[in-house]
Amino acid sequence: MAIALVLVLVVIGSVLFHVLSPWWWTPIASNWGYIDSTLVVTFWITGAVFSAVVLFMAYCVYRFRHKEGQKAAYEPESRKLESWLTLITAVGVAAMLAPGLYVWKQFVTVPKDATEVEVVAQQWQWSFRLPGADGKLGTSNARLINSDNPLGINPEDPNGQDDVVVEAADLHLPIDKPVKMLLRSIDVLHDFYVPEFRAKMDMVPGMVTYFWLTPTRTGTFEVLCAELCGTGHGFMRGIVMVDTAQDYTTWLQQQSTFAQLTGPAKVGALVDRAKAAATVE
Amino acid sequence: MVDVTPHGADLIPPAEVGEMDLYHPHSWWTKYVFSQDAKVIAIQYSGTAMAIGLVALVLSWLMRLQLGFPGTFDFITPEAYYQFMTMHGMIMVIYLLTALFLGGFGNYLIPLMVGARDMVFPYVNMLSYWIYLVAVLVLVSSFFAPGGPTGAGWTLYPPQAITSGTPGGQDWGIILMLVSLILFIIGFTMGGLNYVVTVLQARTRGMTLMRMPLTVWGIFTATVMALLAFPALFVACVMMLFDRIIGSSFFMPAMVEMGEQSPHNGGSPIMFQHLFWFFGHPEVYIVALPAFGIVSDLISTHARKNIFGYRMMVWAIVGIGALSFVVWAHHMYVSGMHPYFGFFFATTTLIIAVPTAIKVYNWVLTLWRGDIHLTLPMLFALAFIVTFVNGGLTGLFLGNVVVDVPLSDTMFVVAHFHMVMGVAPIMVVFGAIYHWYPKIIGRMLNEAMGRFHFWVTFVGAYLIFFPMHYVGLVGVPRRYPELGDTAFIPPSVHTLNEFITIAALTVGFAQMVFLFNLFWSLRNGKDAGDNPWRATSLEWQTAGTPPPHGNFGKELPVVYRWAYDYSVPGAPEDFIPQNDPRPATQGGPA
Amino acid sequence: MSVILVFLALITAIAGWWLSRQRLMSKPWLEVGPVTAFPETEAPIMHPAKIGLGVFLAVVGALFALMISAYFMRMVYADWQAAPVPQLLWLNTAMLVLASVALQCAVVAAHKGQRDNLRLALLAGALTSTVFLGGQLLAWRDLAAQGYFATENPAVSFFYLITAMHGLHIIGGLVALGRTNVRAWRGESSAHLVLSTELCAMYWHVLLIVWLVLFAVLMGWAADFIDICRRLLS
Repeated sequence: MAIALVLVLVVIGSVLFHVLSPWWWTPIASNWGYIDSTLVVTFWITGAVFSAVVLFMAYCVYRFRHKEGQKAAYEPESRKLESWLTLITAVGVAAMLAPGLYVWKQFVTVPKDATEVEVVAQQWQWSFRLPGADGKLGTSNARLINSDNPLGINPEDPNGQDDVVVEAADLHLPIDKPVKMLLRSIDVLHDFYVPEFRAKMDMVPGMVTYFWLTPTRTGTFEVLCAELCGTGHGFMRGIVMVDTAQDYTTWLQQQSTFAQLTGPAKVGALVDRAKAAATVE
Repeated sequence: MVDVTPHGADLIPPAEVGEMDLYHPHSWWTKYVFSQDAKVIAIQYSGTAMAIGLVALVLSWLMRLQLGFPGTFDFITPEAYYQFMTMHGMIMVIYLLTALFLGGFGNYLIPLMVGARDMVFPYVNMLSYWIYLVAVLVLVSSFFAPGGPTGAGWTLYPPQAITSGTPGGQDWGIILMLVSLILFIIGFTMGGLNYVVTVLQARTRGMTLMRMPLTVWGIFTATVMALLAFPALFVACVMMLFDRIIGSSFFMPAMVEMGEQSPHNGGSPIMFQHLFWFFGHPEVYIVALPAFGIVSDLISTHARKNIFGYRMMVWAIVGIGALSFVVWAHHMYVSGMHPYFGFFFATTTLIIAVPTAIKVYNWVLTLWRGDIHLTLPMLFALAFIVTFVNGGLTGLFLGNVVVDVPLSDTMFVVAHFHMVMGVAPIMVVFGAIYHWYPKIIGRMLNEAMGRFHFWVTFVGAYLIFFPMHYVGLVGVPRRYPELGDTAFIPPSVHTLNEFITIAALTVGFAQMVFLFNLFWSLRNGKDAGDNPWRATSLEWQTAGTPPPHGNFGKELPVVYRWAYDYSVPGAPEDFIPQNDPRPATQGGPA
Repeated sequence: MSVILVFLALITAIAGWWLSRQRLMSKPWLEVGPVTAFPETEAPIMHPAKIGLGVFLAVVGALFALMISAYFMRMVYADWQAAPVPQLLWLNTAMLVLASVALQCAVVAAHKGQRDNLRLALLAGALTSTVFLGGQLLAWRDLAAQGYFATENPAVSFFYLITAMHGLHIIGGLVALGRTNVRAWRGESSAHLVLSTELCAMYWHVLLIVWLVLFAVLMGWAADFIDICRRLLS
């Protein structure tokens, strides 16, 4: 008997916990409100199903618990009932899947006017690279990485010379401008995760992955690594600041380009190294 | 395979009786240690699985202590935390659940339930256990190896699994883990061939597929899946061993490891993930399908009612088994694979929810108008339904590609898979042990200890994992030994973590009571008799309890009806055993 | 992963065909009594070892299908260079074909009770298989002598991995075949050897087919073939 009561309490407790507990997602700071909406739809549908199934079960346990002389019904199946239940389930599943796929289509379609920002992860810090005045990022290669060129930017690529390099420091993004985050790792898997942005994606060495977003709220947001990357995984943090257009310009002007960082003399040395690397491969 | 020879009542396949004499144990060693009897092998498998599972349980306490009270325990460094986490996950999924459901319950129940004297290849079956034991010992040895066990996470993703930034990555840990997995797969394949062929070939007369109990259907389908899915893990392990030991570049890309250029070039970490999850997702159902089958039988027996929609249940098991091979990449939505795969895998993943939901409806509808005896197996079955429905529904969040994006790699995922493939199947394991222990030992488990165990485990496990979803929703990532000062995580989350830790330790304590009960009841349990639950399936109709070598007496039982003839109208008793030849109105126990 | 999916589709088709004969649509609660009315749903009277080997070969098939899947997945990366395939492999392939033929002859001889032929055929099967294994080792030495070690190039790594895995399966088979040989030469009657011989032959035929597929993959024909298919489709 107690079990019927506990089953009811499980439902009531879960619903109350959901409604009353202070633990909910962080206030959103990007255009991905659709993801939140899909999540809420899923909560409603699944919550209703969970409550219905468990409450029905509690009722059955209460109503049909063993009593002296009771005999169970003999009821091998009911095609009609099973067909209806299948149909209703299929409709419920479709109601979650359809908006999910619709939003996923948006998630994977990067708008044409998005500016590119590169995030480079390594054990256990974040670096960033922004395209310079030409709006293009230079090519890069893990084999070119050394202490002078921590991001492995190809010194022979003219597009790369004016790239803004932000090594192990904060990233700034302008508000309301779509950005395509290009994600690169130079050692193991990492994952660029800002809870307020909702979007995230793994960074895979040897590949460039991406996602896009439009920041919608100014502020300071923490970057966490969301893919196990070794002992320092839990301490791999960074900062993204979403600025007004004016603040952003001020910040950008204080940053150094690849050419400035390496200096003319060093670039020559790097070119030699790049050539050597190219012949090795 | 069509066989048109007439089956006379006295025609017993000649091979069976003849071979039984050969297998008959002659010494203490061949009877209890190197036994070829599936029932002994089953107990060996279960004992080993529970012993290693206990190690994993203790590891989970250590992890919870660190998460609830970070910084209090100096010996739990981040390295140690990752090692505990990895070993806990791998042991629970592979060495406990897979081994217990297939090696333990499969070995014990398949021959008894289909009316066979033993598995068809008893010698291979014995080898299967001993190789499994070696695999477990190799795994345990990594605790004592230089550098300790691997801390790569149970998914073992390269490159980090074999690099120096991960505990055991450049030491023995990862090598021992891979070798242990390879051994496990070889051992499992030997056992799996037995389970499949025994169901295909050694069913007694009258035992058509549609008369088999759903337990056999679940274990059979899961074994077929495991035989086809484990090779993917095998290939992944062998290739990773190549990368780690001789320095090839299957998975290892050009990278900079701790400031040094690595010798690898051009490999694909994503390829490993495809291989791993091609095994890993079916693995979820390899654990779940036997649980589905067993819980169907528990509910039916203890509600004294036939399982509702038996045919639909069988089709759903087969359908889920087949579908589960085309959903693997839903574990990889944010892995960097081609984003268009998301459309396909989200669709297949949500389709699989339909047959799964049907199974849930049918369990609940079996209760409707039943005669529900609230025995321990029934209580655990009810707990299974609650936790499975809960965990299954959160799967709809993670399977629906775009909803997965914010939730993946957070504690929400941890809560989800613990609920659906940790707590739920373990509830079935407990229910099954309370149900079949009387057959295996001949005595009932102690009821009071059992009730204590049930209430603490069910309520406690729900209190651990239900709130944990919300920790993930806040945005707390998984696999963090501590959260540190993070602005978006309010202090109340830390309080919640302390609460979860206390709940976890309490549930852990209840398991000690359960283990004590297992031993205590060996001598002190009430005498069970042959069929204490008044059940219909063949294992309850054996000549003695525990069943003797060869399972049945001189003659194998002949099956006349399906396994669910409970409360048949007009029958004098509320159950008719499967081997009862009389019409229902005269039927009942002889 | 397309190769393994095609392989699984094949397995599913076989399983589906078998299940379709098991009266899965029947209503078991209505069918009380002995099942003499539906003999096809009874367990088949076929030696369990044959069914067991069949299931095992499906597992072996899955293993090699996965390896080929991995091969094709790895192939598209930039650093891939086709590896030279030693010409010796042609000779080895011929040896394996001979082994299969010899074991098929052994099956015929066992059924007809021709003891001498059986002995010779079994021995020929074992010898040609051993020569095949020796040839594979020589092929490895050839490759190594040309400076192709397992770490240089992923195609070469795959070559070593795949041939090693196939070779291990042949070695496993040779244990069973060796035992059958010993029993045959000790003078056991051929009637007793029918089952073992049939099992060996079945195993060898499947491993031959697997090898032919692997050979096609290693030679690059399989990739060309897929390319042609893709072009035809688009």
